[in-house]
Amino acid sequence: MSTNQLAVEIRGADKSFGANHVLQKIDLDIYKGEVVAIIGPSGSGKSTLLRAINHLEGLDFGYIKVGGELIGVREHRGRLHELPESKIRHQRARIGFVSQNFNLFSNLTIIENVAEGPLAHKKLSRPEALAKAQSLLDQVGIGEKSSAYPRQLSGGQQQRAAIARALALEPELILFDEPTSALDPELVDEVLQVIRALASTGATLVIVTHEIAFARQVATKVVFLDKGQIVESGTSAQVIDNPTNSRTKEFIGKVLWQSFSI
Amino acid sequence: MTLNSTDQLAQKVTIRHKHSLRWVVIAIAAVLVAQYFHGLATNPFYQWHRFAYWFARPVILRGLVVTLEATAASAVLSLIGGVIVALFRLSSNAFLSTIGWVYVWFFRSIPNIVILLFIFNSSAIYPHLNFGIPFWHSFFQINSSKVPYFVFGVVGLTISEVAYAAEVIRSGVLSVDQGQIEAANALGLSKLRQLQRVILPQALRSIVPSYVNLLIGLIKVSSLLYYVSLLDLFGSVQEMGSTYPGDIVPLLIVGSVWYVILTSVISVFQFYVERYFARGAVRTLPPTPIEKLKKQFSEAYYTISRRNRA
Repeated sequence: MSTNQLAVEIRGADKSFGANHVLQKIDLDIYKGEVVAIIGPSGSGKSTLLRAINHLEGLDFGYIKVGGELIGVREHRGRLHELPESKIRHQRARIGFVSQNFNLFSNLTIIENVAEGPLAHKKLSRPEALAKAQSLLDQVGIGEKSSAYPRQLSGGQQQRAAIARALALEPELILFDEPTSALDPELVDEVLQVIRALASTGATLVIVTHEIAFARQVATKVVFLDKGQIVESGTSAQVIDNPTNSRTKEFIGKVLWQSFSI
Repeated sequence: MTLNSTDQLAQKVTIRHKHSLRWVVIAIAAVLVAQYFHGLATNPFYQWHRFAYWFARPVILRGLVVTLEATAASAVLSLIGGVIVALFRLSSNAFLSTIGWVYVWFFRSIPNIVILLFIFNSSAIYPHLNFGIPFWHSFFQINSSKVPYFVFGVVGLTISEVAYAAEVIRSGVLSVDQGQIEAANALGLSKLRQLQRVILPQALRSIVPSYVNLLIGLIKVSSLLYYVSLLDLFGSVQEMGSTYPGDIVPLLIVGSVWYVILTSVISVFQFYVERYFARGAVRTLPPTPIEKLKKQFSEAYYTISRRNRA
């Protein structure tokens, strides 16, 4: 893997919310084509780390580079200055983001949701954007729902539409923030299948998840985060099947026990 | 014992419970309503022939036009002003949000009539209005005493209306789910595009009913224009009432009926605008009154045919 190009470079990422030190000097490399699963107990800083990658959360210290470019900040005389909103917008267009609650625009139809990114960034004309949106919706298996409004869809369908929306800008990287945790159990699989299909196309994915079995199956790298620190990282065989750290062992044990007890 | 539905009772239709007490209440209410309308029609005090005489007199219609013009101008201006003050209040900058807050706090506290009288007398306080660079140079000057009363009236109504509109718009914007804004940020939409494509269309769903409420209030508040020498609908009614004191009651009814008509027209308009902005917010749109009537009839028909079968 190390011969590959770096997709994301996280160096000394550090952030506090008041007295709560959520990220503590995190270093992490993600290579192109890697599928990284970030796991860990709630409150461990997983989501904050993910949201820092597209600057939905700004860091207090440290930096994040995507495709070799600093995200959300620029270097000037040895200091990091936050970029104006207009510059950050263009960087975000390169990074797909899928959140736990789908957050499709409720006043727009599904196809308009998917076409919105390319239209807002003037990447495509309206007919082109709609055609592309339709083919992406076909790809995630909800092509016939294109003129429905988000609330008329099931959670699984909404999440698949949200993935299509993230894909519409042809991002270098897609971030998933617990993509299945707001779904009814029987709808989880249809969303995981779409993510699995994306992983097989060589897309770079970073997934914060509670689905340990899924992480084990799909992730090329698993990162275990606890109390704002990376406790253990490596292949799923290392981190999930043979954890060496006691905190990882305890967490994996708990989560696996829960999934078996269902 | 085997379970089957072949026994007699399993075949029976359920007959709905009859609300006997409700029928008593309906009867009493119907008698009271009938009595009221009977009084309205037969009491000579109302002088319906004089009502008919005044209803569409040019002097009344001229007043109606003034009311409509002043309300419409003030509604448009206060919508624009309301958006601006609301954006000030929503600003993350403390100075701007304080200005917005102070405006709303101050002009909501003062009675409309007081503001109107102040504006009306502003030509005494500010005899000249200068347009130019503040504290430095004036490009042109207007003599305040030459400004038409209508302008004073509209400005007076608008000043306090802006404060109310700003609050309605602000609460509408705040009602939009934070996740929608996050998704728009994650897609890299500009603030303007977020406002235009996502936030305002969703906010309008809760803004429209409250704003229409304000509009209806504004129509009635515009009757205060009479006290700053403008002959609006109420003003014309008052003027005619003092010229023909015997007709004061029919004249007041004429005024009331016109205000009811204006409010009703706005309510119909509101229904369809609300339906438009409900797209996406509900799974199925609420029925129009005609659809509702059709449904009631078909349900009644269904109930009767069921009873007949039973």
